[in-house]
Amino acid sequence: MIEKTAVASKEMVRSRFPKDKDVLFRPKAIIECYKEIPCNPCETSCPFHAITIGEDINAIPQIDFDKCTGCGICVHSCPGLAIMVAMIKNGKAYFKVPYELLPIPLVGERWLAVNRNGDVISDCKIEQVMPGRKSTNTTTVVTVSLEQPYLYDFVTIRRPGDE
Amino acid sequence: MIKLKTVRGEALMRIKEHPILKFDYQNEIHFTYNNQAMIGYEGDTIAAALYDNGIRHFSNSVVHDRPRGLYCAIGNCGSCYMRVNGVDNVKTCMTLLEENMVVESEVSVASND
Amino acid sequence: MIKRDLVIVGGGPAGLSAAKVALDAGMSVTLIERFNQLGGQLIKQTHKFFGSQLQYAKTRGFDIARILIDDLKGYDDQLEILLDATCVGFYPDKVLTVYQYGKYMKYLGGSVIIATGASEKVLAFENNDLPGIYGAGAIQTLMNIYGIKPGKEVVMVGSGNIGLIVSYQLIQAGVKVKALVEAASTIGGYLVHASKLKRLGVGFLMNTTVKKAIGKDHLEKVVTVKLDDRWQEIPGSESEIDADVLCISVGLSPLHQLLSMAGAHMLDVSELGGLVPKKTCDYETSIDHVYACGDVTGIEEASSAMVEGRICGLMAANHLGFKHPEAQSLEDDLNNQLCVLRQGPCGEKIRCGLKKVGEIYD
Repeated sequence: MIEKTAVASKEMVRSRFPKDKDVLFRPKAIIECYKEIPCNPCETSCPFHAITIGEDINAIPQIDFDKCTGCGICVHSCPGLAIMVAMIKNGKAYFKVPYELLPIPLVGERWLAVNRNGDVISDCKIEQVMPGRKSTNTTTVVTVSLEQPYLYDFVTIRRPGDE
Repeated sequence: MIKLKTVRGEALMRIKEHPILKFDYQNEIHFTYNNQAMIGYEGDTIAAALYDNGIRHFSNSVVHDRPRGLYCAIGNCGSCYMRVNGVDNVKTCMTLLEENMVVESEVSVASND
Repeated sequence: MIKRDLVIVGGGPAGLSAAKVALDAGMSVTLIERFNQLGGQLIKQTHKFFGSQLQYAKTRGFDIARILIDDLKGYDDQLEILLDATCVGFYPDKVLTVYQYGKYMKYLGGSVIIATGASEKVLAFENNDLPGIYGAGAIQTLMNIYGIKPGKEVVMVGSGNIGLIVSYQLIQAGVKVKALVEAASTIGGYLVHASKLKRLGVGFLMNTTVKKAIGKDHLEKVVTVKLDDRWQEIPGSESEIDADVLCISVGLSPLHQLLSMAGAHMLDVSELGGLVPKKTCDYETSIDHVYACGDVTGIEEASSAMVEGRICGLMAANHLGFKHPEAQSLEDDLNNQLCVLRQGPCGEKIRCGLKKVGEIYD
């Protein structure tokens, strides 16, 4: 179905999260790479060797949540912008997502939270902004927080007014 | 950033800010298109500058005299041929704009029949 | 007549990569490029590349172009680069006619590498020649080289990687993508690219094609129509979309003309995009010491074009007795890189096509 809609099913999304939600009390990378493509920067960029693709670079990346520290280097290394970091803290879901549009959000602003279908699901708070620079190949990484029930729905942010 | 303009006003089609790329429009270049004064910027091809000045109709098809615009913009298709400084069939998508260039639509062959 | 050990036609990823290896092997090289700068289509690619580190994965396309161009610095006594130069003639005796700045020049290559790339296919529908209808590459050129937006509202046709990438680039430039139209029932390109667009709110119209364009001197509306499972239009399923830009991204065909002109044995292989040269596993065409690499030998990604270019440069050198310092290990490594890039499901089409043209993947 994803081949027709470009939207991953709930089960596919869940399969990329740790089975035990408590694992997300620490930040973990969620890798939404569902189809085999020749690509491996997530594996080679991870300083903790938490992501494995192997010799056949077409293989789908596997992550070891015990090794993943949620550092987010893979977020800006993934050419497909298919990786985010998720965490649960004080009943809220926190995400680090790649963002390649203008304007870049400012810390403290409230933006819209968007799901994989492109629909607005909630609003969210901009917690941190790491502007794109040479070492990230100019991809900006934004940290946001929103209500925990949206943990498996949230995928990106949208500027208010850009509905 | 300098204020970008065309002879009709602000250059609306120019990208002023981009999340990945940086555009540095420096020196204005003045040219004419069918006797109208126009402004482009150094580094533009003729076609890019015309485009920014709102010109979309570059040539006409030979047999049916239909309007043609840019199609490939890399010198393959031949939709953008114009007369430049008196020379016919110049690929405007491949030719850099120069100061005081005279750019004209070619007289269609079909309309001469 | 200007004699060189190697003449390369095309300064894109394949041609640049070929030049570097041939220079390292000690050849004198002339590189002919039609545009006013080197890099081919890489210079307008703003996305990060896939592949592995060996093909500069996670580096943006225009930065890869810069790397490949910088690799050719320091060879001033061996390398001649002709920009704004069009190769207008190529003959079986490896003579090339080159047109530059109003003058014609003749070159004779000990070896010749043809790396001319590809051109965009068009789609047949009523009024498909209206201004405002472009190939996807034209839109990339206008936006990413000259910084000019193609219009206000765009309909994209084709969900292959180029259609998906250019749609994303349009959104980055602040242009509205109203819909992405795809005749097939499944998305053609990488799903990660498609998902990026979907979450930005782009609608995918599957099993749909363009029926006609409406407008007087310029595009005003696009009429789409649904297709049934036998690719026939479903009557009454037409719908109109207001748009001033229609972007056609329905595939590429190899720029085979120079090889055809020289009389190289050509084959029509649909998996590779059209007419391509028959070639040996050394990338040699049916004409001795004439090689071909990159999209002109079959439509693929720039990553493999770079690797093919390096192999071609190496072969051209080897066959004329020039010794690259790491010839054998380089050859093995490059062939392995190509195998790895092509071995997944995305490589199936190219593997199938290459079987038809020569000795690769037998």
